Amino acid sequence: MELFSENLSAIMSLVALALLFGAVLGFAAIKFAVDEDPIVDQLDALLPQTQCGQCGHPGCRPYAESIANDTDEINKCVPGGDDTIHAIADLMGKDFIPLDAEEGEHSDVPVVAVIREDECIGCTKCTQACPMDAILGSAKHMHTVIASECTGCDLCVDPCPVDCIDIIPVPTTQRNWTWEAPQGIGATPGQLIPVRNIA
Amino acid sequence: MSRRIWDIPGGVHPPQNKSQSNQSPIQAGPIPKHVVLPIQQHIGSPAAPAVEVGDKVLKGQVIAEATGFVSAPVHASTSGTVVAIEPRAVQHPSQIDGLCVVIESDGNDQWIERQGVEDYAQLEKTQVLDLIRNAGITGMGGAGFPTAVKLSPPPDANIEQLILNAVECEPYITADDVIMRERAEEIVAGLSIIQWLVNPKETLIGIEDNKPEAIKAMQAATANTNIEVIVVPTKYPSGGEKQLIQILTGKEVPSGGLPANIGVVCQNVGTAYAINRAVNHGEPLVSRITTLTGDTIGKKGNYEVLLGTPVEALLDFGDTNFKKLDRLIMGGPMMGFAIHDLSVPVVKVTNCLLAPAKSELPDPRTEQACIRCGSCEQACPASLLPQQLYWFSKTQDFEKAEAHNLMDCIECGACAFVCPSNIPLVQYYRYAKRQVRVNSEQNAKSDHARERFEFRQARLEKEEQEKEAKRKARAEAAAKKQAAKKAGKAAPKAAPTGDADKAKADPLTALKSAAASATKRWKDAEKAYKTAEANGSDKLEALANKIEQLKTKADKANEAFVTARKAAKESAKEEAASDAPKAQVVANDPLAEIKKTSTEDFEALQAAKKALEEADQANADLVAELTAKVEAAKAKSDASKKAMKEARAKQREEIQKQKAAEDPVKAAQTAYDAAEKKLQKLEKSMAMLQEKGGDTSKLEGSLADAKAAFDTAKSNLESAKAATEKA
Repeated sequence: MELFSENLSAIMSLVALALLFGAVLGFAAIKFAVDEDPIVDQLDALLPQTQCGQCGHPGCRPYAESIANDTDEINKCVPGGDDTIHAIADLMGKDFIPLDAEEGEHSDVPVVAVIREDECIGCTKCTQACPMDAILGSAKHMHTVIASECTGCDLCVDPCPVDCIDIIPVPTTQRNWTWEAPQGIGATPGQLIPVRNIA
Repeated sequence: MSRRIWDIPGGVHPPQNKSQSNQSPIQAGPIPKHVVLPIQQHIGSPAAPAVEVGDKVLKGQVIAEATGFVSAPVHASTSGTVVAIEPRAVQHPSQIDGLCVVIESDGNDQWIERQGVEDYAQLEKTQVLDLIRNAGITGMGGAGFPTAVKLSPPPDANIEQLILNAVECEPYITADDVIMRERAEEIVAGLSIIQWLVNPKETLIGIEDNKPEAIKAMQAATANTNIEVIVVPTKYPSGGEKQLIQILTGKEVPSGGLPANIGVVCQNVGTAYAINRAVNHGEPLVSRITTLTGDTIGKKGNYEVLLGTPVEALLDFGDTNFKKLDRLIMGGPMMGFAIHDLSVPVVKVTNCLLAPAKSELPDPRTEQACIRCGSCEQACPASLLPQQLYWFSKTQDFEKAEAHNLMDCIECGACAFVCPSNIPLVQYYRYAKRQVRVNSEQNAKSDHARERFEFRQARLEKEEQEKEAKRKARAEAAAKKQAAKKAGKAAPKAAPTGDADKAKADPLTALKSAAASATKRWKDAEKAYKTAEANGSDKLEALANKIEQLKTKADKANEAFVTARKAAKESAKEEAASDAPKAQVVANDPLAEIKKTSTEDFEALQAAKKALEEADQANADLVAELTAKVEAAKAKSDASKKAMKEARAKQREEIQKQKAAEDPVKAAQTAYDAAEKKLQKLEKSMAMLQEKGGDTSKLEGSLADAKAAFDTAKSNLESAKAATEKA
């Protein structure tokens, strides 16, 4: 009996603590509940948002979801290429695997769709196919691509009955031009001036 | 009066090489045959050409308008004719052509009418800013940021220091040096305008101590003003804006911030001069002082060059030995870049053309491995970690490079200057900086794309929902209508109005449309099945089931429609029959009835015959029974046929009689015709019989009868004719 009464206070305090922490945790679980898997958002942010469907999913977010649920491989994004696969691999803690060759070939050059306007018959099929609403034009009138909105997903090419849509590389201008990466050890700098001690 | 100045971290001391070009006074540059004026000579949006090919322009005339707040107009730098507006080689390191307005000079160099402001202090500040903006003035030190933008700080900004950057720390360049020696008064006049505009607490001029003559000239020019000339020790890159601010005030421009954030405005000497020319003399920016230096040039010095002068023309003017010319560098040896084409024009930011001989500036040496000596870190004036940045840039780890403040690099080249391994560090940083920018642009673009895509998805969904809602509403309305019809179906029979017909007709239509839509749905389902089959969908079974269901539905609907139609037809017939005049019924009925009986009898006969055939010989009794039945049926059928014939004949007679009553002549004529025909027929038969040698006795009687009938008919006709004639 004495033993019991000695331990009673310890048991009671433990029970009280358990109840307290249980209440706090329960409250926190409701108050700070995360509605959506945040990993999906992170994955979605890594994908290039071309919405081309070459991964076999109807858009980038569905693919992000399926990566998050581990129902698809991380190497399906063709427009993203190896860079995107590396980024996803880092995020998911997986090993890098090269781009699935079945899905297509990755090109580093950004592309844009261009309609040969004198050949366009105004069928609006490309307008309906464009996931970006980047093609402008009404029925029986010539259509055109809003280049700044085009992601170069080439979903408009197949529906065109007269094959008047070309996917061309974005022309380099002074604005989107980039410096070439230096070639590294053993190379002499190209057109850049050397910065040498010119005594 | 010694004033405290601060030091900047790092920095290097490259050979000055300034004395080659600062010994002679400023000379006027050439008036080239063509001036090539790029529409983009500044940071910001390019100007828009405001002239057309063939236009005559005067010096100082606007040929391209500014296209935004951060933009600057371009003016004709000499008089002549616009001969082309096309992409030409320009001073961009990408070597990509930029749009230029090309003017063929007429050699007169005739100015447009210019009118300076008498006293700018009488004007509004915005008016003076507009003058500066419209003069196309941009920073002349190297970056080319539109000056009017830089001088329009936010209204709440409290500018403490206005600094005139006269340091000119880069080797070889002496443009600012000589302009200060020769035109100090005008520079101070320009600086006063800036002072009036930004209203600073103090105005400082920072000059490196390697320009004693310029210092003297500036001190003389500012003797009776509150402008202070501060001499700073020679060190590269003290002339960087952030570095000079730090030297003169001890304040550091925050990372990613602007000098205005810490209450400082900094302007270049050349800019102050241009502002003076624009405000006090009404001259837009059409020329600048450019240093022409390097061992291949015969007449080294500073030239007041018309903007747009092709580099080749300027080199030619300076007696350049083109044979020895190896590389041509625009800007100084530390921050400039080699140009690829001698037709590149001099622009607003071209402070120096360096045309060294090969011995003077040898080819860059081969890059070697980083030995981690840390010299670059000692040299960096921005207190960055050049070595780290180098590794990150090299391995394309741009995020980490950015985290190490890559963007704060001023690309001065001090690190590369001290690198014992000849690593072109600035090249790495420029590459990495550009990639960081490109990546962030791409991210922005992909965010934008995501937004657009999601918006489109939402829109499509909304459209689909609206369609669905409409479809439902329509279906409901149709159901209501149907119910109303059903309810009203019983009533119309009793109703005396014409609604009865409508009510009768309507359910039929409804049924018909129901049947049609059911059939259509079934066909659609079949089509879907076919496409699904073609696509190899795995839902074939479900589709097949659906088709079955739809088919039965369609069949039911069709059946219902057919039955309803039959019923409707019968009732319509009944009605018609009951409504028809009695007389007609009397006239028509007997024949119809007889006809009907006859048909029925005939059908019975046929059926009996068929039964007999089918029964075959298997059952003798049955055969006998059936044979008897057939005979009875035959007799009955024959009888009814005969009755019908008689009835028909009777009817015909009656009709004839009727007709005869109406028109005796015509009736008589018909009777006559018939008799004649009959007679002819009989005669023909007779002749045939005689030929064959058959028994003609029976025919002879009929022939005689026919002849008699013919005669009667003939006489009847004649009498009828006579009677009508008489009448």
